[in-house]
Amino acid sequence: MQSLNRLKESPSQTAGPYVHIGCVPNFCGIEGVYPEDLGTAMVNEKTKGERIRVSGTVYDGTGTPLKDAMIEIWQADADGLYPSPEEHRGTADPNFTGWGRKAGDYGTGEWIFETVKPGAVPFPDGRMMAPHITFWVVARGINIGLQTRMYFPDEADANAKDPILTRIEHQNRVPTLIAQKTGDGAYKFDIILQGENETVFFDV
Amino acid sequence: MSLSNQRPAGGFFARDRGWQPEALTPQYKTSVARSPSRALLSMPQTLSEITGPVFGHNMIGALDNDLILNFAKSGESAIGPRIIVYGRVLDESGRGVPNVLVEFWQANAGGRYRHAKEGYIAPLDPNFGGCGRCITGEDGSYEFRTVQPGPYPWPNRGNDWRPAHIHFSLFGQGFAQRLITQMYFEGDPMIWKCPIVDTVPHSDGIESLIALLDMDSTIPMDARAYKFDMVLRGKRSTLFENKLEGN
Repeated sequence: MQSLNRLKESPSQTAGPYVHIGCVPNFCGIEGVYPEDLGTAMVNEKTKGERIRVSGTVYDGTGTPLKDAMIEIWQADADGLYPSPEEHRGTADPNFTGWGRKAGDYGTGEWIFETVKPGAVPFPDGRMMAPHITFWVVARGINIGLQTRMYFPDEADANAKDPILTRIEHQNRVPTLIAQKTGDGAYKFDIILQGENETVFFDV
Repeated sequence: MSLSNQRPAGGFFARDRGWQPEALTPQYKTSVARSPSRALLSMPQTLSEITGPVFGHNMIGALDNDLILNFAKSGESAIGPRIIVYGRVLDESGRGVPNVLVEFWQANAGGRYRHAKEGYIAPLDPNFGGCGRCITGEDGSYEFRTVQPGPYPWPNRGNDWRPAHIHFSLFGQGFAQRLITQMYFEGDPMIWKCPIVDTVPHSDGIESLIALLDMDSTIPMDARAYKFDMVLRGKRSTLFENKLEGN
């Protein structure tokens, strides 16, 4: 018999409490090694689209905020295009990185992203997905990064047809994926790791 | 053809969740309140997961992959056993993955991290920051220089110690390949006593995180070498996968 000669993915290990040293060293006081922490700025003055501010906090199963989590987001630009070589539908806004990385505040656990509202992106079958931002959460006590999505509360029609939201069997959990609007262009998206209002996490 | 009819190419092999750690691993106590209790929702990969950020080689500074020097005062260097860590980032098909941003961080040779929340009695090394990064070459290769980190105690069970380890963060070609892991050192007896290592369910999986001493790559009279390969999820690519029926 032949062999498929496959390798196994490296097992994940927790990012641990000192993830800041490697990923956001300036944030944790290690200055002078890198000019700035990666993922700090997603937009500049030329970026197209509606500026938004997304903030939130990650909570554990007891309702305690995580003060050592690191959050990364990945999203399309205002026209729904990703700044990636795998994007074959067009060229994304060169003034938008699509990717952001923030550590939770040491005191409160809150993180804030300054970005633009993403455009809609198609599902593989051609239906449009509602505008969304992909989140990836790591921290001490999380053995493998948790992936979820944030949708927008002001996109009720698109959300109601979204191919991912509509496939969730327990529809009472859908609100865990929809941010709250807290002001003009301001959204709050808390992530609950465990318990009654546990955020839906995806196996992608 | 409308934009919506153009399917994304590829996608990644399904993640083998039986090979990866479970979320709830009570021997690692912090996981108990931080583990989702409901099943992950399986979903097809879309452009949002198949795409991912790209980092250019030009963002890497000259000392970014040299932890012995990148935080040291001029003319000084970090204290500890000098080592080279090198290897390749591969995918599950065995192909080298180019342009992967590899970030790494570690304790100093005494087992102490440079971090406000760290309380171990071992001293900081004024010439050691503990972070580095590089981007893989065309064949997926990477390399950096550092000092071997020390083991350290941590508050979990009564007397838990971490084996000497280096943390790694990897970006593949798509956000679904995003991975953080840790590298251990051949022959360290602490590996098999560690509740964080023990979250990896298979001993073969643990072995795959243990770097081998490579005397042939050692720099004589200077630094020993450890070889550590890492594997990201494989990329699907069959001719038939992206064909639209009826078009």
